[in-house]
Amino acid sequence: MTISAQGLAWGIPLLRLLAALLLLLAFAMLAQRRLLTLIHLLAWQGVVLATGTALVALLTGQTELWFSAALTLGLKAILIPTVLHRLLRRLQVRGDVEAVLNIPLTLLAGIALVIFAFSLAAPITALTGIVTRGMVGIALAAVLLAFLMMITRRKAISQVVGFLAIDNGLFFAATSATLGMPMIVELGVALDALIGFVILGVFFFQIRETFDSMDLQNLEHIREE
Amino acid sequence: MTAILLELAQVLLVAFLAPLFAGLLRALRSILQNRRPAGCWQSYRDLYRLFHKESLQAEGTSWLFRFAPYGIFGAFCLAAGIIPILATGLPLAPAADVIALVGLFALARVFQVLAAMDTGTPFATLGAHREMLIAGLAEPALLATLFTASLLSRSTSLSVIVAHLEQLHFALHPSMVFAAAAFFMVLLAENARIPVDNPATHLELTMIHEAMLLEYSGRHLALMEWGAQIKLVLYVAIGIALFLPWGIVPTAEIAVLPLTLPILLLKFAAAALILALVETLLAKLRLFRAPEFMATAFLLGVIGLLGFFMLGA
Amino acid sequence: MTSCLPLDLATGALLLWLGLGLLGFLLGGWPALACRLVFPLSSVVALLLTIAGFTALTATPDDLQLRGPLPALPWSFQIDPLSGFFLILLGLLAFAVALFATGYFRSLPGPDLRRLLLQYHSFLLGMGLVLLAANAFTFLVAWEIMALASYFLVVTEHKEAGSRHAGFLYLLIAHLGALAILLGFVILAGATIAQGGPFSAMLHAPVNPFWASAAFLLTFFGFSAKAGLLPLHVWLPDAHPAAPAPVSALMSGAMLQMAFYGMLRVDFLFLGRLALWWGPFVLVVGLTTALFAVLFAAVQTDMKRLLAYSSMENMGLIMVAFGLALIFRAHGLDALAALALAAALYHALNHAFFKGLLFLGSGSVLHGAGSVAMDRLGGLIRQMPQTAFFMLLGTLAIAGLPPLNGFVSEWLLLQAFLLSPALPQSTLSAVLPLAAAGVVLAVALAAYAMVKFYGIAFLGQSHGTRHVHEAGRWEQSAMALLSLACIFLGLFPGVLLNLLHPVLLEMLGQGFAIQQGLWLTPVSAQRASYSPVIFFFGMATALGLGFLLIWSLFGRPLRRVQVWACGFPVRTPTMQDSPLGFVQPLLRIFAPLYQAERQADDVGRWRVRIGEPVYRGIYQPLNRIVLWLSAQVLRLQQGRITLYLLYSFLTLLILLAIWR
Repeated sequence: MTISAQGLAWGIPLLRLLAALLLLLAFAMLAQRRLLTLIHLLAWQGVVLATGTALVALLTGQTELWFSAALTLGLKAILIPTVLHRLLRRLQVRGDVEAVLNIPLTLLAGIALVIFAFSLAAPITALTGIVTRGMVGIALAAVLLAFLMMITRRKAISQVVGFLAIDNGLFFAATSATLGMPMIVELGVALDALIGFVILGVFFFQIRETFDSMDLQNLEHIREE
Repeated sequence: MTAILLELAQVLLVAFLAPLFAGLLRALRSILQNRRPAGCWQSYRDLYRLFHKESLQAEGTSWLFRFAPYGIFGAFCLAAGIIPILATGLPLAPAADVIALVGLFALARVFQVLAAMDTGTPFATLGAHREMLIAGLAEPALLATLFTASLLSRSTSLSVIVAHLEQLHFALHPSMVFAAAAFFMVLLAENARIPVDNPATHLELTMIHEAMLLEYSGRHLALMEWGAQIKLVLYVAIGIALFLPWGIVPTAEIAVLPLTLPILLLKFAAAALILALVETLLAKLRLFRAPEFMATAFLLGVIGLLGFFMLGA
Repeated sequence: MTSCLPLDLATGALLLWLGLGLLGFLLGGWPALACRLVFPLSSVVALLLTIAGFTALTATPDDLQLRGPLPALPWSFQIDPLSGFFLILLGLLAFAVALFATGYFRSLPGPDLRRLLLQYHSFLLGMGLVLLAANAFTFLVAWEIMALASYFLVVTEHKEAGSRHAGFLYLLIAHLGALAILLGFVILAGATIAQGGPFSAMLHAPVNPFWASAAFLLTFFGFSAKAGLLPLHVWLPDAHPAAPAPVSALMSGAMLQMAFYGMLRVDFLFLGRLALWWGPFVLVVGLTTALFAVLFAAVQTDMKRLLAYSSMENMGLIMVAFGLALIFRAHGLDALAALALAAALYHALNHAFFKGLLFLGSGSVLHGAGSVAMDRLGGLIRQMPQTAFFMLLGTLAIAGLPPLNGFVSEWLLLQAFLLSPALPQSTLSAVLPLAAAGVVLAVALAAYAMVKFYGIAFLGQSHGTRHVHEAGRWEQSAMALLSLACIFLGLFPGVLLNLLHPVLLEMLGQGFAIQQGLWLTPVSAQRASYSPVIFFFGMATALGLGFLLIWSLFGRPLRRVQVWACGFPVRTPTMQDSPLGFVQPLLRIFAPLYQAERQADDVGRWRVRIGEPVYRGIYQPLNRIVLWLSAQVLRLQQGRITLYLLYSFLTLLILLAIWR
């Protein structure tokens, strides 16, 4: 996977910018109270991912990555957000997302997580000589932040968004940080995400039929007493 | 000798063009909000009228009340001599780096707050403590953004930072992008703009900056207003120096200044446009949402910093 | 012969202080004379000590052995650049404080005065001895003299229960700390401690990493009990305000720094090899302390209590700088460690001056206005213009504003933080700038707290004090001196940094670039520069020109008018912010931290009580555990003689069984 000198000059900084944007979007999700905006943020993350993949395709000249970029754009930036959006309307989930922790505190915890991810990734970055090595840490941080978001939320939809954001982080690590991965793996991952998404979608309706609400707090009652 | 002249020219230029910038901003905002603007020169007319009016001193105020307008004005004039606006390497520039500049702004603010408390009126003290809160929360965010720039160029001197960044050929530094966003938010907060404060409000309960000026009149008020206008220009100038430095020339190459001056003015005009847009699109936040606003700015600054370390740029 | 001058001078000065204390005790029958005579002499002695400190910076280290009370334990003293620096700090502060005390205590009745004079001078003596001590035995005795003397000074107002409680808590924690220090020394010196072995036996003591860490933790614990670091600070906000103002000034300005002195000596000189985690540990403790203290300083309503919390905050900042120095040192970056350490030492000196000034000023307020409760003050700038002016300087200095001295040390500290990319450990170098942001937050909030301090007490309208009078001439001159010191340290930082050079050389084997002229360039002029003098004159010129221009163009006499009270016909002092009202946003944002209780009193006003979370969270549970244990022990005591006989019998049996 060779990159031309010219590509190094402008492509890598752009890729870094995308990485930073991904992190920013992860933080924005963490801080976002409203479900609708959350879905929009997820869509933007998809756009960033697709751009990143396309950029890698352009830089390394791997043609199948173009396909992958298109797939990402269609699936993660358009299809899933649209479906979520419609779900939101169908289920008539209203109002704000409740945050369990208060937001500045959550953000502080997020910063701590990023630092942790950075220190975890430091040995990896020291090992490889690829120009994009710093991005492993960022992708890991995005995953951890999405996890944190799932922990601090109660609504089922935000759980799904968190799940998808985790997937986004992994995907970014795979494409941008290592400059592309085999097509077959990628398809597998995409399929996995889709299946998870569908299962959770079914789950939504079940939850709602049972509890008349999308608040996962209700699940706390169905343990064995 | 030319350096000293240039220094003087820069201070005078900033001092006398600051009302124009404020006027332009107000005019742009009017246009964006479908109102008829009063024209770019309105700020000058305001200042002229205020200077010719009688100044009143509130009963029971001390020398601090009279000293503050001059102190604040002096502080901002000094800052205008330090920030590289026209050129780098000005004679005053090494006297203070970015950290000292932040300190200088803090000094001016403390004088303003003390002067407000000197009057002992309810709204002035209200404005005073809100100002201290906002500033207290904004300062870490500001420092985080400045640190990003300093780490990148291994210097805290604005002049050196500008010189360093100009040498790099145009490249996107993710850390700088985030720092720029954070800096912009701090700029809004520190200069009493929407969404943190409303410069046009005179509704007592919501105002911060204006509340502190309630007792001022005549030339004192004029100085305070003028000082605030200069401060806004200085913040924009710092922003330009840190994030879009191209066009600021070294003192030695002063001959090219006539060429770069239009670019500089254009950058300021663009800044006015962006500010006007933001102030039109955003609504004022409740005071207790302001910490969240600041936390976001701080977060952006921190992501910038971390980005610097993680990505190395 | 000349080389032993500093030590002779210093020990001589300490003996003179002791003599003055005894003289004061004897002269107690003539209070006016005692006050007028002893305190000025005491300040002269303080100057001697300062001179000794200055000469010690350049002279070769020197020591002195005296036969002690016990044959095997000699008193031994030494002086080196490090103790020289702290002697300067102590001497200069004691000089100003003694001048102030001359006026401040003039109306104290004889018996009280004689006690005070003795205790005051023993306290000074104790601090001086701590700095000169050259073996563990001398050090600990001096440490105890300092602690006991200051305990008696804290309970000067012993008729008040609060004062006694503060004293008790102080004594308890001080002794806990002393015990930890003793244990730390035992680890370091091993057997030699019992023979009064000198400190030099501990120099780079070859202890294994585990015991080194244990010694570090024990001494850090012990010294931080005195320095008021979290969570051992609970005595500080009670004890400092309880003492009379000059004593508070000494306790805050000098005594806290003795703890810092101890840490420096133990960590840099005794424990030569630093473990990697000590620095981050100290830094985190310092930063937490600073942020915690500044938040609590802001919500105090008593001037002296606010200052006490602010002292804690400043100690926290010093610890941050110290921790940074430890980090750099542990990674072998001595030049950077020198910068961080210079910031710490600079701040220690600054703090002595501005905190001394502010405590003295609040003493003047107490005498002049009869109270230091901020909700009863206000508008003092009109009745006490001189005091108000000096206090304004102190406030600006402590708020870290240029061109005064507080800013210089803050600036140096931030510069040191910015050098973190030089560290080999990438995570640490990424986290450090965030810690710097924390420092900035603490400093900015300190400005909030100090603006409140000044604004509520000195500006606005009076909340109820009448018949206010200005401080006397002695007091004013002392405050003027300290203000001058703040201005000097602010404008000419290069002078002090050059003086620090030998201290840094002794501690780290490396100083940093000698400062030239009016510029402060710790690393290189390219990297960062700051020139307070040019800064000051630039601002003064702009201010003066602006004033002249505007006055000549538009100058008309000012007309005095009523304040516009927003349409209300009357304007009462209660319409201003109360001390708590001023920090209401903080109370709201950090509500979980403050655990404020609000209740309405009889006249329908809100009373807000703010708890001390550490006291509640750690000390009270501990207290309960101890009480519970005592209650268990109490069960053994049934009051029946036969039972006690049984205990003795059982003990005897057990002992016999063991000895067999």
